[in-house]
Amino acid sequence: MTTGDLVLDRVELRLGTRTLVGPLTLTVPPSRIVTVMGPSGSGKSSLLAFLCGTLDPAFAASGRVRLAGRDVTALPPERRGVGILFQDDLLFPHLSVAENLAFALPSAVRGRVARRAAVEAALTEAGLAGFADRDPATLSGGQRARVAVMRTLLADPRALLLDEPFSKLDGPLRARFRRFVFDHARRRGLPTLLVTHDPDDAAATDGPIVALQAAEHADGPPAGSGGAPPDDDGHSLSRFPQL
Amino acid sequence: MADPIRAVAAESLAGRAAPRPADPAASRRPRAGRLLAAVPVLTLVLFLAPIAVGLFGTWIPAFGYLPALGGTEAGLGPWRTLFESPSLPGAVQLTLLTGFLSTALALILSLGLCAAWHGSRMMAAARRALAPLLAVPHAALAIGLMFLLSGSGWLARGVAAGSGVLGMPVWERPPVFGMVQDPWGLALTFGLMLKETPFLMLMIVAASGQVRIERTLAVARTAGYGPVTAWVKTVLPQIYPQIRLPVYAVLAYSLSVVDMALILGPSTPPPLAPLVLRWFNDPDLTMRFVAAAGACLQLLIVAAGIAIWYGAERLIARVARPWLSGGHRGGSGRVARAATGGGMALALLAAAVSLAALAVWSLAYRWRYPDLVPSAWTLGTWDRNLPALAWPAWTTLGVGAAATAIALVLTIACLEYEQRAGVRPTTRALWLLYTPLLVPQIGFLFGMQVLLVVLRLDGTWPALVWSHLLFVLPYVFLALAEPWRALDERYVRTAACLGAPPWRVFWRITLPMLLRPVLIAAAIGFAVSVAQYLPTLFAGAGRLTTLTTEAVGLAGGADRRVIAVYAFAQMSLPLIGFAVALAVPALLFRHRRGMRA
Repeated sequence: MTTGDLVLDRVELRLGTRTLVGPLTLTVPPSRIVTVMGPSGSGKSSLLAFLCGTLDPAFAASGRVRLAGRDVTALPPERRGVGILFQDDLLFPHLSVAENLAFALPSAVRGRVARRAAVEAALTEAGLAGFADRDPATLSGGQRARVAVMRTLLADPRALLLDEPFSKLDGPLRARFRRFVFDHARRRGLPTLLVTHDPDDAAATDGPIVALQAAEHADGPPAGSGGAPPDDDGHSLSRFPQL
Repeated sequence: MADPIRAVAAESLAGRAAPRPADPAASRRPRAGRLLAAVPVLTLVLFLAPIAVGLFGTWIPAFGYLPALGGTEAGLGPWRTLFESPSLPGAVQLTLLTGFLSTALALILSLGLCAAWHGSRMMAAARRALAPLLAVPHAALAIGLMFLLSGSGWLARGVAAGSGVLGMPVWERPPVFGMVQDPWGLALTFGLMLKETPFLMLMIVAASGQVRIERTLAVARTAGYGPVTAWVKTVLPQIYPQIRLPVYAVLAYSLSVVDMALILGPSTPPPLAPLVLRWFNDPDLTMRFVAAAGACLQLLIVAAGIAIWYGAERLIARVARPWLSGGHRGGSGRVARAATGGGMALALLAAAVSLAALAVWSLAYRWRYPDLVPSAWTLGTWDRNLPALAWPAWTTLGVGAAATAIALVLTIACLEYEQRAGVRPTTRALWLLYTPLLVPQIGFLFGMQVLLVVLRLDGTWPALVWSHLLFVLPYVFLALAEPWRALDERYVRTAACLGAPPWRVFWRITLPMLLRPVLIAAAIGFAVSVAQYLPTLFAGAGRLTTLTTEAVGLAGGADRRVIAVYAFAQMSLPLIGFAVALAVPALLFRHRRGMRA
């Protein structure tokens, strides 16, 4: 799979008359990780939902999303090739570990043997060889998190979105898992967008940071709204180098 | 239903309509397919149209107009005859007494239990014990109660045996009067209360789940309030708005019940609904006009009943207001716990013994009064009646399965549409959903029958399934809506982002994850269908009979063994349904800890 830039072009999210995000323009090149930071309520998760095509219809959105040169804005989520990881692993509780992974495996991988082999390979890569037929509920938090990563990657995405996926883990486990995710994303050349409110996460990316303001803040106009013309380059770009 | 509504109401009426996306291409609106979007409207039509037409077709003959029966002159004649009927005053009085009393008792008992036993293990046990009672059809429970309370019933036998042991024999012969079919309708009231308490408890528990009940109670308890007082003062005012509609449904049902009234109620006069049914079945066809007027009166009584209840709610709320903030902390709640616990134990015992009586009578060969158990047993009654029972049993099963399947498909389509289109139900929508449960059946079934005759559908399977669907659909929807909405939406999003198209997400993720509530909803729908008496009577037009119509029809007869066979069979079908609904997910997901309830 060829990779390419993930481009957000004047993306703006509104809820009613309130502008929640944007307009935001940024480019995430392959193998790079861009962090979006902001307090809760600043629309971080909604931005990711918009990028993967699952934004609640209550929001109004404008702007374009391009991935590897293709405009994916109008595509349904299953055809965008955008993988997402949430802070919960969201392993399907009714499927085994292997079935969870096979669910993500494209149908182009044909035949029971080939599919099983792909699943086993992914498990081995995650240090979970032999876990194929386990009930996900019997795995530890860290193990489940790794299965969730492998599941996302098996779907062969062209970009990766991370919705605070480390916030449920503590201490050394958290750092280890973070490296695991970043390494896999870089190795596959995926443009990656990380949403977090933890500066440690952001620091670990070695990448640029975009700060979102709290749109619900009572005093002061929310970003991008009101009379001032929106900054053409997007949001608060204080620490955001041009890519 | 809540959803059709949603489609219609959410966009045009009161719903929070989603703002149009500024850029249509950037929206995910098209995710809710056009076919799916049509389902809510279709559902609405399927289930509100017959009621509307049925009401119309009942009110017109009530004013003397129905050419098919020779009524071409409109006038007040039927109403005059109705009000001149000597049975009417007694019937109305009985209706009001049994309806209000049973609803009030069921509400007090269920609220009292929840207040006094909140959070205890006893509460969980009571819920588990009451759940099967939900599945038992009204008619079967009523027949069981008849076996318990009648002159030669188990209670009288128990008294006779007990007093004999004590050496002071009473009732060596069956007492002439039984405790059923009493002129005040107390047996009917008791039966209704027994049947409606589990439903109300379930509704209270469901409503409690939506309020931050534990924290609310913790605040009140740490402020020094006793457990029961804390619940009544802080939880009840929060949950009552959510159980209001179910309470009205119970009131409407109790004010217009027919099958239980035929079995447990007096007959001279009976309550209004059975009296109207008697008029509808009168060989003198002109009585149909009077019956139609009576059906309309029944509707007015239910409407007035709900209005009165609402007024009482407001009055109590106003009177209790100073008490709420008056600072009275209440006691330990020991008395309330004893009273409600005792009441519930007694009710459960009565229900259990009644249902056991069905089994015992169906197997009894010789059972003389005052023996406590039969002196000889036989399978002969089952043997002899099985051939005659088979056809109504298959009809019951077939109609129940068909109505449940249709209701399930419509409900799931509505909920999927709701989830994909991101619309939420409104209060108005909920009222529409409850319509078939609030409008008395006798108030519109005659008119619906007229419609079916015009469509040449009366006495056919589609008519029977349709008439059951009206009542199955709301319950299936009510049972499934909460679990469906509670499913973490991120599972669906995750699956979509992993490349699964909507249909695959539905079949592989949503449906399996919700299999348990789907099957429970199906079991509830099936139980509702099995229990339907009046709709079967009207839509079946005598050509299609179910175990319920047969059992109620036989209940007036003399052979208790045959009655017991039919009632037992009627009770078994829904219980089997629930057993299957619980067993299938448990078996399928036995190796999936995350799927346990």
